[in-house]
Formats: sequence, C-alpha cells, structure tokens
Amino acid sequence: MKKMNFQNMILTLQNFWAEQGCLIVQPYDVEKGAGTLNPMTFIRVLGPNDWNIAYVEPSRRPADGRYGENPNRLYQHHQFQVIMKPSPDNIQELYLESLRRIGIEPLDHDIRFVEDNWEHPGLGAWGLGWEVWLDGMEITQFTYFQQVGSLDVRPTAVEITYGLERLASYIQDVENVYDLEWVKGVSYGDVFKRNEYEQSKYTFETSDVDMLFKLYNMYEEEAKRVIAEGLVMPAVDYVLKCSHTFNLLDAKGVVSVTERTGYIGRIRNLARACAQAYVKQFETEDETQEETAGKE
Amino acid sequence: MTTTTRDFLLEIGTAEMPARFLPDVLKQMETKFAAWLEELRLGSTAIKAYATPRRLALLVEGLDASQADLEEEMKGPAQKAAKDADGNWTKAAQGFARGQGVSIDDLYTKDLNGVPYIFATKKTAGRSTAELLEQGLEKWITSLHFPKHMRWGRNDLWFVRPLRWIVALYGEEVIPVTIADVTSGRTTYGHRFLSNGNGSGVTVDLNVPTDYLNTLREVSVLADQDERRDLITKQIEKIAVDKQVVVQIHEGLLEEVVHLVEWPTALIGEFPAEYLEVPNDVVITSMREHQRYFPVTDQDGKLLPHFVTVRNGDDRALDVVARGNAKVLNARLADARFFYEEDKKTPIETNLKKLETVLYHEDLGTVAQKVTRVRALADKIADALSLSADDQATLSRAAEIAKFDLTTHMVYEFPELQGIMGQEYALLKGEKEGVAQAIFEHYLPRFAGDVLPETLPGTALAIAEKMDTIVASFAIGLKVTGSQDPYGLRRQAAGIVANLLQHDLDLNVGILIDFALAGLQEQGAGKLAPEQVKQDVLDFFNLRLENLLQEENTRYDVINAVLAVAEGNVLATVTRARAVMNKLDDERFLPAVESFKRTNNLAKKAQGTDVNEAHLQDDAEKALYKRLLAVEETVRPLLAARNHDAVLEELFTLKGDIDHFFEQVMVMAEDENVKNNRLNLLNRLIQNVREVADFSEIVS
Repeated sequence: MKKMNFQNMILTLQNFWAEQGCLIVQPYDVEKGAGTLNPMTFIRVLGPNDWNIAYVEPSRRPADGRYGENPNRLYQHHQFQVIMKPSPDNIQELYLESLRRIGIEPLDHDIRFVEDNWEHPGLGAWGLGWEVWLDGMEITQFTYFQQVGSLDVRPTAVEITYGLERLASYIQDVENVYDLEWVKGVSYGDVFKRNEYEQSKYTFETSDVDMLFKLYNMYEEEAKRVIAEGLVMPAVDYVLKCSHTFNLLDAKGVVSVTERTGYIGRIRNLARACAQAYVKQFETEDETQEETAGKE
Repeated sequence: MTTTTRDFLLEIGTAEMPARFLPDVLKQMETKFAAWLEELRLGSTAIKAYATPRRLALLVEGLDASQADLEEEMKGPAQKAAKDADGNWTKAAQGFARGQGVSIDDLYTKDLNGVPYIFATKKTAGRSTAELLEQGLEKWITSLHFPKHMRWGRNDLWFVRPLRWIVALYGEEVIPVTIADVTSGRTTYGHRFLSNGNGSGVTVDLNVPTDYLNTLREVSVLADQDERRDLITKQIEKIAVDKQVVVQIHEGLLEEVVHLVEWPTALIGEFPAEYLEVPNDVVITSMREHQRYFPVTDQDGKLLPHFVTVRNGDDRALDVVARGNAKVLNARLADARFFYEEDKKTPIETNLKKLETVLYHEDLGTVAQKVTRVRALADKIADALSLSADDQATLSRAAEIAKFDLTTHMVYEFPELQGIMGQEYALLKGEKEGVAQAIFEHYLPRFAGDVLPETLPGTALAIAEKMDTIVASFAIGLKVTGSQDPYGLRRQAAGIVANLLQHDLDLNVGILIDFALAGLQEQGAGKLAPEQVKQDVLDFFNLRLENLLQEENTRYDVINAVLAVAEGNVLATVTRARAVMNKLDDERFLPAVESFKRTNNLAKKAQGTDVNEAHLQDDAEKALYKRLLAVEETVRPLLAARNHDAVLEELFTLKGDIDHFFEQVMVMAEDENVKNNRLNLLNRLIQNVREVADFSEIVS
C-alpha cells in the first residue's frame, strides 16, 4: 500500500472535495471541540440556500489530553469536515472515492456503514446516519442533519467528518500517533508533541479555576448581550469560548456531575438562541439579499 | 372467468439501513402485503420478504392477473321513499341508482322484515393487477414503518434512509411508480465493492421476478437472510474446527451481523494474551457490543485471545482485515486495562463520595440519597425476614456500597457491566464474598428469564432497590401507561415478585411500600399524597400478579377471585390461585361455591364477626358454629404453611352445615340480637373462606 503522509492526505481530500464543488474554507479561529461547532456548519446549514464546503478543523478535547504519552488520545486532533446541502444522491460513492484517493482500496478492506445517530437535544439538533468502519475502526461520521436549533434543515444537509489522525495511523500503519509522518523527515510528534504536553499540563495542573469560572460567566453574559443586539456571529464566538472554558473546567474535575448538566444546558441554550436568531435575520432579509446569499 | 397468474417482485434499494430494523421490517412486509392482496381480492401462492443492508425485497409468486368481477346486492331507500304517489321514481331513488352505477330500470324491490325496500345489483368489473399495483405501490412503500425516519436532499419524503432505486416487476412487465424522484425499473445493483469498482455496485437487469436471488448471487449479493445466516454459521463452525476452538455464537449478535453484510466471510483474528488479565466480562463486552465480534474460548470455556468477525466481502486480503480489526480491539482493550488499573487503585469510599454528585433524578436527588433510602429499606426487610446476624451484617454492608461501581471508569465506559464490576472490585478490595455477591445480585433479574439471586442478602437488597425505584417514581408522578414505561417499572415489579417467589418470602407488598414511603418522607422527596401512592403501587402490583397468573394459564375468574383478597400478599395469592385451579374439576367445588356465595350475600349485612353463644337458638346454627370453630382450628396451621389445597378441603366440609343452616334457620329474625348474631356467624364463616378467595367472583 502506498503510504500517504499526513500533509498529502489533507491536500488530497481538499482537492477532491473542491472538485466536487465544495468551497475550501479555513479553520475557524476560536477554540472548539468539533468541526460541527464551526459556524460554517452549525449556523450556515440553516436557511434555504445551498451550501457546499470543506475544511480542516483542529478540535480541542481537554479531557483527552495525555501529556503526549498515550498513543491514541490527544488534547487536540484534526477533523476534516465536509458539508453538502442538499445532500447529493451519490454522496456515499463520492466519499468512497475520496478514500481511494488517499490510498484505501475498498476491495482490500472491510468498509461498512453502521447505524449511528447524532442527537444534541439542548441544541434542538438531530441527524441520522452512520459511522463508517474501516476493518472495524470508526474513521468517519456521516450524518444527514434533520434539525438544528429546533429548525428543519431544508434542503437536508449531509455532514462528513473524517478523523484524520486515525485514518492516517491506519494508512501509514503506525501504532503511535506521534510516529505519523507529517511530511518526509517531519513526524506528527515533531509538530505537536510539545503542545500536547503543555496543554495537558495546563489543563490538569496549571489552569486557574477561579478565573475560568469567571470567564465562563463573562462569556455567557456577553453572548446574551450580543444576541439581544441582533449580532449572531460575534455571539457564536462567545458561545464557543464558553464551551471551551467549560471543557477545561470539566477536564480538571471541578464540575460535579450534578452541576455539569446545568453548565452544559446554559451553553446549549445560547447555541440554540444563535441558530434561531440567524434564521430570523435571514427571513427578514429582502429578496435580493436572499438571492445573493444562495449559491444558485 | 379463468384467471392467469404471474409473479411479482418489488425491490426497494436504499442507502445502508440499520441492521436492528430489518428483522421486524421483514415480517411487516409479508403481513402488510398479504393484507393488501386480501383487500384487493387477489390470490397468490407464496409471499416471501428478503432484506440486506441496502435492499428490501418482496417476491410474490402466482399472483392473480386480475380481480374477479364482483356482484353485490345493495340496499337502497324504503319503497315509500323511492316512489311518489304517482308511482314515479323519486330523487332519492334516482340518486341511489346513480350511486350504484345501475340504470333506474334495474332497481328491484324486496321485503325486509315486512317492509319493502329498493335494491340494486352492483357490478364491479375486476381490475387488472398491473393497474392496481401501479395505483397502490407508492402508498404501500411509503407507509412501511421503521423506528426512525429521515429526509434527504430536496425530497419531502420521510423514509428509513435515502431511497436509491426501485425494481417493480410483474411478470416481465415493469410496474411504473415514482417516489422521491426515483422511478421504478428492472435494474438492480450488485455488491458495493465486489461487483465493480465504483462504490455503488454494478447494475444488472432482471427479466422475471423469480430470477431475483440467482441474479443477485452473480453480482455478489446473498439477498436471502436465511442463506446468509446459514453460511455465517457454517463459516464460523469451520474456523472452530480448523483452530480447535469454540466460538461463542450469541444469537442476538448473529442476527445483527446477518443484517450488516451482503456477502459474508468470517475470519479469525487475535489480540495480545496480556489483555486476558482484564476481567473476561470486560473483554467480551468490548468485543460484542463495540465491535460485533464473537468471543473465542477453548473446549473448557476459557477465554482465548482470539476473536471472530464477519466481513462484508470475499476472502481477498483477509490478513489485512484481520490485522486492522485487531488493531482496533487492541486500542480498546488497552483503554479497558488502563481503566481497570485505575479503578483498582481507588478506594471504595472515594467512589462512594462521588455518588453525592451523581444525579439520580432531579426530583429525587442524588444516587447517594437513593443509597440512603435503600439502606433503610433493606434494614427493615432484614427485620421483617428475621435474617441471621451474619446475613444482616452482609446485607447492611452490601446496601452501603452497592452503587460504588457506578463511579468507576469501567462502568462509565461499559454501563452494562454495573454490578458485575462491583462484585469484581469489591472482592479485590477485601470485601467479604457474600457482600460482593449481593452487589451483583441486587440488579437481578436484569431481563425476563434472567437468573435470580442465590443469597438471602442479595435477594433482600434486590427487593429493596427495586421497591425504592417503583415507589419513588410513582411518588413524583411518573406513571406507567400503555407502551410508556421509560424506567422499566413493570420489569422491576415483576422482578420483586420473582424474587419473593424464588425464596418463598412472605413479605407483604403493602408493608414494603410503607417502608419505601417512609424513606422518601425522611428526605422530603415525593409530590403526591402517600396514601394515593400506596394505592397506585398496590394496583400496579396486582396487574403484575394478574400477568403472572395468566402466564400460568389461570382461569380469569379465579384470578379475579384471588386478587380480590390479595391485599399485597404475593406469595399467598399465587398459591391460592394454584389451589383453586386444582379444585376446579372437583365435584364438590361448584356446590360449595354456591353455598359460599349465598353466605356471602347475607354476610354483607353483618356488623362484625363476633358470635355470642348465648344468642344461638336453633340446633342448625349451633352445629354450624361448632363446625366453624373446628375448621378454624384446623386451618390455622395450614394457612401459616400456605397449604391452600388443604385449607380448601377443610372449607368444603362446611357445605353440609351451611345448607342445613339455610334450610332450618330464618336469618332475619325479629329479635335484633338473634338476627345480628346470625349475620355475624355467616360473616365470620366468609372471612375464613376469604383466606383463599372471594368465591363470588367465580363464574358457575
């Protein structure tokens, strides 16, 4: 098997989806736990317009930090995110072709589409779809968004989220994520190991809990204030900051299980408010604007 | 008219459907299509449904080519409304004829109960099956029911997964139907990967319906689920023989795997033996639940570092597939071992402390609060059962720590291992064996037909834990209605009954409810009035008992008779019902029941059960009283032993004296004292009878 390096894998996926008509956009510059939270997905799938994009998203999961010592778990990993709205009829075939481009020949493996549904009740969001298995390993989440912010996603959008490190570990056949080849002569560890160590140390030891609780409240207040002013995108930024701050607190183990529900609920309420404000704003735009917003 | 027949094939091609939906959909398709054909008055010789992850198919053989013509006699208005005074047809008659599609001259008159009515013979020409299918297929397909539906693209249809193609063939003829932009034809698709390289599978045309299975086999799809199941089983057996191992085939998992593949190939892989240090249940759960692998053991049932998985493909590059799967399992087992090592280091008290922050239910507080309630309840049960000091100590400790494993890493990752890890860890941390076992046992039974606790402390704790859950749920207004039972309260109540019966425990449910209510009140929890909760829970248990007795084929009136006197006594109710059922064919039974019913009718007027011998006048009433005292003496120990068969024998002996009493004695005497005394005597007798059943419920 030709062993594609990490950088080429990303470039290949970008080129492939660009060929399919997706805009290639850049990662969003606020910390987040998953590519779905990028406003390019969770806000922009709403509204009546078509929307086809692809991007890499660095995703922070503070609780998964392992000081760079665990071969599989990372404080920050990378997702490759594709949104196609409306979902094309041949989306599975396109996806399989993308795997072939990065060196995975389906006939030599066992590829399955296994039921996996996505639900985010507080966000009023749910979708149906699959996790894609490659020889038993989950490499991709595949979701048809049905609702976001308690609003129907129409036309229906499909989200494809590749877990890049996992996929690369498989393609390059390495046991340890830090041994992945980023490009010839540079390993994943060279690029990220120091970051993994420091972020883990910060998360579990150095972070200032009082400050983080204060920030959480401040971000929440600011998000509310900004939504009230009718500005969705800046509000989304504060919701994301709120979410990441909570993740830091949660990873440090200072949020009890009972309190957890409350903190998560507050973030979800904000996110839902953003989604609904976005659609409202959309509805009040005049016809000309609506047409330019759409790609067709 | 002679009707010819043709075969019919419907294939609905979709994006991959959830495996768990398919067994039910297969049944649904067959019954739904049969019902539709009946409605259409069409006969067929066979209806068979097939499913793979990507297709639902229905093959109907020998389907009539058209409906038979139909002649029906239709009743119209009464003659007096159908013709006016001049004998002309009225508007009503004309409308009726038009409605039935007959000429007004074809109407005729017939008497119905002596009243003349207008009739018409309505003729409906039989329609062709092709036409009927064309008209009805869309509705038939879109009304298939799945647990979850979705939309895709720009379509408004809700379906299980995106619709990709439809094959609808009647004989050689395509039945045209268009659903969500998909138009039917004769073209189906082969295996996604094996049939060609583009990921959607090769297209292939079907000439006639009966070609279906063979044509698909040529493009690497085994459409018949039974064939796939047989093949997988054979492949697994071959691996077992070749490798000299035993593969544990879990039926539920096999069924799921059958519906995850179109062309199965079983293969064996291995993982490092060092992971066998992790408890077997963890390794097996990881394989089964997360990876859909079959565990492998040696001939003695000892777990081996192997797994069997079934690939959706042929035997190309099987080593790559096996290695990939092993890699995934390794990572999972490495995590599991990490959790196990971490959990082993954590003292039980630390885990318990964390329970104070785990919410059980927002209206019922934390899990720690539930533990407090269950402990108090378990202590009271221990008293009620007069457990030995040893058992009491075991129960007390087990109740205190039963939930500690909920805050371990392992149970967080594998919730289905609650109790199992609790037992394992408790032993490792030096708890007594009985305590560890009771921790595992307190979740039993986990499902219908599951094992029951062996130990008394485990049984008592199982009852306490379940009773708290039921009473607490009712107390905050969560009720079980119809299909709504989100907390599985029915299962919990049935679990209590099963536990009581298993160990012959004479615990009254009403008293258990009181114990549980006291615990809730102490914590200020619960919204509804305790009396109301108690009555609701008692009614709920009566329903469970009714189900249980029905399962034993107890006659419905016997169930009513014993439930009427149940008063929360589970054990007695069951033995009473069995005793009455045993006597149903006894020639003394119905006559005795008649005497008891007569007694019962008068006893309702009594004010008490005290009999004053001084007021007994007639010999017949004296004799009855004497007999009653003797019977009471005899049945007392029999009741304590719940020997209701023998109690019934004794009660039958009362019949002669009862009948004699009614022949000789005028109950409603003028003397109030005498009358009341007689009523009390009858009432006292009936109270004895009610120790078995309320025989007025028996249908004679």
